[in-house]
Amino acid sequence: MAPYASDDSRDAEETDDLRAGRRKAARYVVPVAVVGVAAATIGLVPALADSGDPDLPKITAQQLIDKIAASDVQQLSGTVRISTDLGLPDLGGLADSLTSGAASGGGASADPSSRLTELASGTHTLRVAADGPDKQKVSLLENAAEYSVIHHGKDVWAYDSKSDEVYHSTAADGSGGAKDEVPATPKDLTDEALKSVDDTTSVTVDGTERVAGRDAYKLVIKPKQSGTTVGAISVAVDAKTGQPLKFTLTPASGGAAVVDAGFVKISYAEPAASTFSFTPPKGAKVTEGDDSASGSGKSDKDGKDGKGTKGTDGAPGSGDLAEGLDGLTVLGKGWNSVATFDSGSGGALTSGGDTGGDLGGLIGSYGDQVSGTFGKGTVFSTRLVNALVTDDGKIYVGAVTKDALVKAAETHR
Amino acid sequence: MSRAEADAPGAPGAAMAEGAAAHAVTVRAPSPLWTLGLLRNELLTTFRRWRTLALLGVLAAVPVLVGIAVKIETRGGGSAGGDAGAGPAFIAQVTNNGLFLVFTALAATLPFFLPMTVGVVAGDALAGEADAGTLRYLLVAPAGRTRLLCVKYATTMAFCLVATLVVAVTALAVGALLFPVGDLTTISGTRISFGDGLGRALLIALVVAASLIGLAALGLFVSTLTGSGIAAMATTVGLLITVQILDQIPQLHAIRPYFFSHYWLSFADLMRDPVYWPDLLKNLELQALYAAVFGSAAWARFTSKDITT
Repeated sequence: MAPYASDDSRDAEETDDLRAGRRKAARYVVPVAVVGVAAATIGLVPALADSGDPDLPKITAQQLIDKIAASDVQQLSGTVRISTDLGLPDLGGLADSLTSGAASGGGASADPSSRLTELASGTHTLRVAADGPDKQKVSLLENAAEYSVIHHGKDVWAYDSKSDEVYHSTAADGSGGAKDEVPATPKDLTDEALKSVDDTTSVTVDGTERVAGRDAYKLVIKPKQSGTTVGAISVAVDAKTGQPLKFTLTPASGGAAVVDAGFVKISYAEPAASTFSFTPPKGAKVTEGDDSASGSGKSDKDGKDGKGTKGTDGAPGSGDLAEGLDGLTVLGKGWNSVATFDSGSGGALTSGGDTGGDLGGLIGSYGDQVSGTFGKGTVFSTRLVNALVTDDGKIYVGAVTKDALVKAAETHR
Repeated sequence: MSRAEADAPGAPGAAMAEGAAAHAVTVRAPSPLWTLGLLRNELLTTFRRWRTLALLGVLAAVPVLVGIAVKIETRGGGSAGGDAGAGPAFIAQVTNNGLFLVFTALAATLPFFLPMTVGVVAGDALAGEADAGTLRYLLVAPAGRTRLLCVKYATTMAFCLVATLVVAVTALAVGALLFPVGDLTTISGTRISFGDGLGRALLIALVVAASLIGLAALGLFVSTLTGSGIAAMATTVGLLITVQILDQIPQLHAIRPYFFSHYWLSFADLMRDPVYWPDLLKNLELQALYAAVFGSAAWARFTSKDITT
């Protein structure tokens, strides 16, 4: 072979190599393109699906409230997502160990009162179903497990699939049980909020939105008073049925919503009858609810336990609580009302009782020391509810600012 | 040499010496039946391997162990899983209904045992052939690289299904043997018949098998990157462990939903009544996405690389 020819062929080979190399590189475009399309889909689809706010006839706030009151939705089923962000320090595992401690100490882990406090923090998915006043079901979806409270006629069942334990009580304290202990659905929360509507409150209709695929009006409830930590409550009301679909409570301090509970899916069709029937699984541990005598004591306890969730209703919640708790006084009115009760001892702030000790110190470190005419005390702040525990054991709780709380305590003296 | 190799499907003889390229063009196009034959061959080779049988044996041992452990622990009448429902999902229900052992066994093996075996098989798929020096002979046959890759992936997916079914069937047998069976209570508290329960168990097994598709594609891609079978297996299983650990870190919540293992345990949603679909669908979408991305990456790599062994 002549040297020139050889050079030529090498040149040709190099060009070919280059071309082949390009063709090889081109193949990698495919996976990159797939990633790109996927990323675009993830980013764009929610934006495209948001077709803007629906066009609905104008309506006044009063008409809308009447609509909610007149709403007689008897049958519904759906999925509710509820997130609560009280701004509590993230105790994570500690809270877990406390609840499990309480569960093993105080009876079945299927006991509703010990379980529903879980709703007071984090994001949870609930499934609700209702068919008339006699059949309701609320399920808290957990990882590979579920906690259901089923109200069917006279029976109230609670089933915890994780531990395979059943809690059962009959309607006496039950009818209050299934319904009132779970102020988790937007409807319950809205009812609580609307109770507070008086001259201290402004109620307006603020446009429309789409919730769970339904056209809805947005009702905004704002306190007129200053001193409360509640910024605004916004409720999305189904334009057709008057069913509240979404409840959002934003704090006066701004930032993320304290409570945000809304349907992500809702259907007004009759739920399957089997949804509400419950027979304890063979071999499951069944705890019977207490009979009526100790039952009242129990509901007191429930009231206290439920405070985490109840309190999030804002001022109306504390008004409600007043009926449930003995020795509880409400100071002030409207949004600025402060509930006060005597815990009897200074150490009671850790109502966990025997877990006291260390925990007391721990909780104490989160509080702010204040003093006033009431003596000395510690203020525990969340983004919504502030609590003042005085050294002589009085507790003041309200959805008001720290200053307002201290003032209320001083005037109470 | 590389010029010859660039033409993938038409010239399977490409990996041979330079002179062969001219002849390769004249090779007839393989018939579709050929693919089936190749697939059958692959399946036989894979499932006849002692290594594969040993892996399946390990998987079958898990439900047996769980079943016996639960039986012994609850002999006195206590409930399994301790106070706060510790242990794998569904374990508390096993004593009352043997069918739940299927779900418990799948929940116990899905985080690690099942994907580990898939990682071994997927990682070995191409790198193992390259390691043993058999890959070029496979390519000498008129198969084509894309076709060979598809057959390898199909074999890996078949292994995913077989492995899952081995766990499920063993668990069902052990459960029926050691515990009573009958109507069962879903985790939502409603009752379904045993037949319905069996149907859901089968559906769950299929979903679990489908959950492994993403990892299988990832393993296959890793397998095209190296010529060492052991390296590919170790990398795949290492990736699996890394992702599982990262998935536990709350601070990474923004990217966690895109980890292939993030929705694995969503199969339990099939035991709710009515079935809760969102996470199940997300899982399947995510697996399809992983299969598409890493499958095409494996294709891009495998069809363009120099094969010397």
